[in-house]
Amino acid sequence: MIREFGTSELWFVVSSARWTLALTLIALGLGGVLGFVIALARVSRLAPLRWLAAGWIGLVQGVPVLMLLFLSYYGLSLAGLDLPPLVAAGISLSFYASGFLGEIWRGCIQSVPWQQWEASAALALSRAQQYRYVVLPQAVRIAVPPTVGFIVQLVKNTSIVSIIGVVELARAGHLVNNATFQPMRVFCVVALVYFCICWPISLAARWLERRMHVGRAG
Amino acid sequence: MSVVRVEGVRKSYGALEVLKGVSMQVERGEVVAIIGRSGSGKSTLLRCLNGLEPIQAGRIEVAGHTLDSSGKGLRDLRKDVGIVFQSYNLFPHLKVGENIMLAPRVVLGCSRAEARARAEQTLAQVGLAEKIEAWPDNLSGGQAQRVAIARSLAMQPKVMLFDEVTSALDPELTGEVLATLEGLAQAGMTMLLVTHEMAFARRVAHRTVFMHQGLLHEEGPSEALFSAPRTAELRQFLSGGLK
Amino acid sequence: MAFEFQFQPVLAQSEVLLDGLYLTLELAGTGIVLGGLLGTLLAVLRGVVPALRWPIGVYVEVVRNTPFLVQLFIVYLGLPEAGLRMSAEQAAVITMTLNLGAYATEIVRAGLESVHKSQIEAGLSLALTRWQVFRHVVLGPALARVWPSLSSQFVLMLLSSSVFSFISVQELSGAASNVEQDTFRSFETYIVITVLYLAMAMALRVVLAVLGRVMFAAPVRAR
Ligand SMILES: Nc1ncnc2c1ncn2[C@@H]1O[C@H](COP(=O)(O)OP(=O)(O)O)[C@@H](O)[C@H]1O
Ligand SMILES: [Mg+2]
Repeated sequence: MIREFGTSELWFVVSSARWTLALTLIALGLGGVLGFVIALARVSRLAPLRWLAAGWIGLVQGVPVLMLLFLSYYGLSLAGLDLPPLVAAGISLSFYASGFLGEIWRGCIQSVPWQQWEASAALALSRAQQYRYVVLPQAVRIAVPPTVGFIVQLVKNTSIVSIIGVVELARAGHLVNNATFQPMRVFCVVALVYFCICWPISLAARWLERRMHVGRAG
Repeated sequence: MSVVRVEGVRKSYGALEVLKGVSMQVERGEVVAIIGRSGSGKSTLLRCLNGLEPIQAGRIEVAGHTLDSSGKGLRDLRKDVGIVFQSYNLFPHLKVGENIMLAPRVVLGCSRAEARARAEQTLAQVGLAEKIEAWPDNLSGGQAQRVAIARSLAMQPKVMLFDEVTSALDPELTGEVLATLEGLAQAGMTMLLVTHEMAFARRVAHRTVFMHQGLLHEEGPSEALFSAPRTAELRQFLSGGLK
Repeated sequence: MAFEFQFQPVLAQSEVLLDGLYLTLELAGTGIVLGGLLGTLLAVLRGVVPALRWPIGVYVEVVRNTPFLVQLFIVYLGLPEAGLRMSAEQAAVITMTLNLGAYATEIVRAGLESVHKSQIEAGLSLALTRWQVFRHVVLGPALARVWPSLSSQFVLMLLSSSVFSFISVQELSGAASNVEQDTFRSFETYIVITVLYLAMAMALRVVLAVLGRVMFAAPVRAR
């Protein structure tokens, strides 16, 4: 039975955006924590930790998100964890986010001038205290615009997990299309919903970026 | 008893030996100026005294703490040894008062009130009591450098090291910083200062040390050293105006 | 019940995998060239023809704020509805060109804006024609400056090509799902594919770096 693309279909598509947002938040949370650890490891004084972090970043940035998804999906199930697709999707997107955020934040930590390390060391702060009170507060300020910019990439890449059956925006569009056979209309609506989520975030990232440069000059 | 005792200290960056066996002593309350050409190892010596650079050989004893090539006990030493750099290196995300309170609070475990009292007291000492709520970005170079000095003083160090603290300043701003240093000297602080302000060294420092190619080339009471240099290198340095 | 890795069945299908690899390279290569050209063209056009600034801006924003996968569905499933029929491979190349074109427009635009007016005036004062000035004083240095950003975008494009398997293109990811179904060794299959993608991404980075050296021989300092 072929249906028209009516209000109930529209509502189905729009409301499935909640899973897109949920996946984004999960990946941002888990991936953020993991990415923070990776950023710290990447600038650690222990060479093996640096290599490990660099390897992880290289892997995540050198492989399609789709492969990260399959690897974590099958890898986790082989490890005896029979995870629902949503969880597997959340985990793989967290891995993805950790690789990119780790690299972005490494850059932010390293852009804090070395004199700040030296001045705080001279005041007898321990390494942890240097991070906590001097370096990270400054790195966080620098990190906000690129991190917000990355969220746009994250939102868009959640579409890929539709392949394992998570009914987020892209999958919802697919299902509605299978029922209505009006692909142009359906996927334009899907694209519009993504756009409504991503564009404001893009604008915010640009605004933050500009504001920071103005702040610098002043 | 000497507050600073340096014995046969050697320091290399890779193949480049920068300190080639330096020995010196500084007594409590003494003010010692270190002069010498750029690249002669003055900054390196100060940085070693604060444990910012590991040494390859020799021994450093500062305020009762011993440093050797193992690098142990660094933080304890740094609590007693303040250092101020040419670039003030204030923490830009903290207000002036918070800059000063940070180390007493997290390193020494002072209460907020105690740290605040120290900030007020040291800021008054450098003549900037009214700047406690200011942001570092809004200070002039001379003011920023005085805050950096106050920040070190708040740890109540036994020795203060100054590395060309006026070199980054416009000429009209050096006076206020030099006055601060002189005040500290008169208050009896033990000080080692690397400087290009020869007149200041001659007037304020009890003793002056001339460094040349990684060694203490000549030293003596400031007045005598400046008025009657004994070695050709020092004579040339003082007359040449070359840095 | 320890899991035992068995790569032989997967590697026995190397022909399928290599075909997939080849198609990935072919598609991504075409898309990168066309997308790079489109981006450069639009970046220049929006500077030269003020009336085009707005429509090009809309195109860039729309593409950069919607998923590649959805763009692919619109091209492959949507356009035929409007009478434009095409093969899955053609849809793949078109989508890639349009997608990369938008990112490249933005990157090249930034490069063009970083060229100082004084340099253009200097070029004109040396009696170069407008075209010569544009080619040698503006576009060359601009591209040289943004080449690293473009290169990263090209690598991302190569990796994004994996979603073509969603519309049954038999590129590397598509080949993977065939091999997976034939061998029942999913994890091993995707490990092999992952290694292949990693190798391709690394190789592409090297190729782009060498290409950058050759094309922009003059040493260019990042600003
Ligand atoms: N971190 C470093 N790495 C390598 N060489 C250094 C470093 N710091 C200083 N040097 C070298 O050590 C020598 C002494 O430097 P320094 O102590 O700064 O001299 P001064 O303060 O007397 O001008 C110089 O030749 C300088 O180039
Ligand atoms: Mg120096």
